[in-house]
Amino acid sequence: MSNAALSSVSLPNGVSSVSSSTPAVSVQNLRKSFGSLEVLKGVSLEAKEGDVISILGASGSGKSTMLRCINMLEVPDSGEIKIGGEAIRLKQTRRGMEPADQSQVDRIRSRVAMVFQSFNLWSHMTILENVIEAPVHVQKRPRSECVAEAEALLEKVGIVDKRGQYPSHLSGGQQQRAAIARALAMRPQVMLFDEPTSALDPELVGEVLRVMRSLAEEGRTMLVVTHEMGFARDVSNRVMFLHQGMVEESGTPADVFGAPKSERFKQFISSHR
Amino acid sequence: MDFSFMRDTFLQLITGVPLTLNLAFTSVAFGAVLAMLLALMRISRIRILDIIARAYVFVFRGTPLLVQIFLIYYGLGQFRPTLQEWGLWSFFREPYWCAILALTLNTAAYASEIFRGGLQAVPHQQVEAARACGMSGFLLFRRIVFPIAVRQALPAYGSEIILMVKATSLASIITMMEVTGLAAKLISQTFRAVEIFVVAGAIYLILNFVITRIIMAIEWWLSPHLRRPPSIEPKLEAAHV
Repeated sequence: MSNAALSSVSLPNGVSSVSSSTPAVSVQNLRKSFGSLEVLKGVSLEAKEGDVISILGASGSGKSTMLRCINMLEVPDSGEIKIGGEAIRLKQTRRGMEPADQSQVDRIRSRVAMVFQSFNLWSHMTILENVIEAPVHVQKRPRSECVAEAEALLEKVGIVDKRGQYPSHLSGGQQQRAAIARALAMRPQVMLFDEPTSALDPELVGEVLRVMRSLAEEGRTMLVVTHEMGFARDVSNRVMFLHQGMVEESGTPADVFGAPKSERFKQFISSHR
Repeated sequence: MDFSFMRDTFLQLITGVPLTLNLAFTSVAFGAVLAMLLALMRISRIRILDIIARAYVFVFRGTPLLVQIFLIYYGLGQFRPTLQEWGLWSFFREPYWCAILALTLNTAAYASEIFRGGLQAVPHQQVEAARACGMSGFLLFRRIVFPIAVRQALPAYGSEIILMVKATSLASIITMMEVTGLAAKLISQTFRAVEIFVVAGAIYLILNFVITRIIMAIEWWLSPHLRRPPSIEPKLEAAHV
């Protein structure tokens, strides 16, 4: 798939714009524990419109948990999360922190799309049905419009010929591209990728990374938890390295890869070549 | 074996089939609703609802259906004045409604466990994907959880439907003239138990054969994702990627 072919499909939606001064995502001093294990120890992050931030770290460093907090799949113990300037309201209950208003969470989630490590396509729906599900039933947009847009998106990720098939009939790479199309169909302001290529066979990683690279080139705001050093170095405009629940290193790819300050990050890079 | 007698018997017993099917499907329909409610109570994580549902299943699964039918039909008759006061007597007076009630309560207990298994086996990741798209509450249940759970529960639930068709035979002892009731009546007239029960058994066999086929057809229709894809795909365009 060439980039020219990708860009020839115009974005049907356009990346919706918040005023340029408001960060698309702002995370302040996030803390999260599972039982006695403190996974996040005060992490902050700010993504402007169009930022592509790669979040690196060893397993257990808290990077996935941080991403999952951003759309409330995990509820943080403390800290503040703002999406497009809107803070997610939390309340203290007996069982710990919970969202104060589920409808706010649903609304925010429909603007923050997530791509999972294991694709998580709905097994009982065809690829096309997977892609139109949230636009039709959550965003209540007209079905015919959603189908047309879904087909354009499937074309864009290169699997429009699979639209009538079921997820179990597709390869991992095709399933992940379908999941990306499903995420795009919601016209999200921010896209979260949770290790999108980690469950793929090595020869299938490239096709997914190519799609992600094209999204970055369109100027989409993306937060990507990944082990793909090539993607972090070449595609993202910022890199964050988490270690034991804290930001250990952060900056532009040129800075952090060129002159890493942290010894642990140096080790991490050398072990991931 | 007297085949002309068996043919006559068959023609007589077949008139009980509508009532047999009526009892089975009415109670399965009511029972399914009650069972779904019980299954949701079990997985609600609200302690009191969970305990009520557990107790219900324990009682109705742990006692014989025959005993339940007797208790409802004869036992409730002892409270006639109270039931009349509440305006329920016209309901409990009818053996038909007593049979429906007993069968419904009984199948709900078994089916709720089948549904609970189906609901709990819904892959967590698929629910999470739906949440991440902004689904919650009833929408999430209706569009994702329920359709997946039904597909997982259907094979076991098919067995439950067949068990219910056979369980309707117990309604004969409270005067219901369904297939078994008619058979019992014929036996008391002719004393030819073997031929008559052979014919009655054959009728149940035929009914359940048809029902299994229908359930298999529904399963097939609901699970295209478990079959191999059509091997020849019309190519829309040249290969991508």
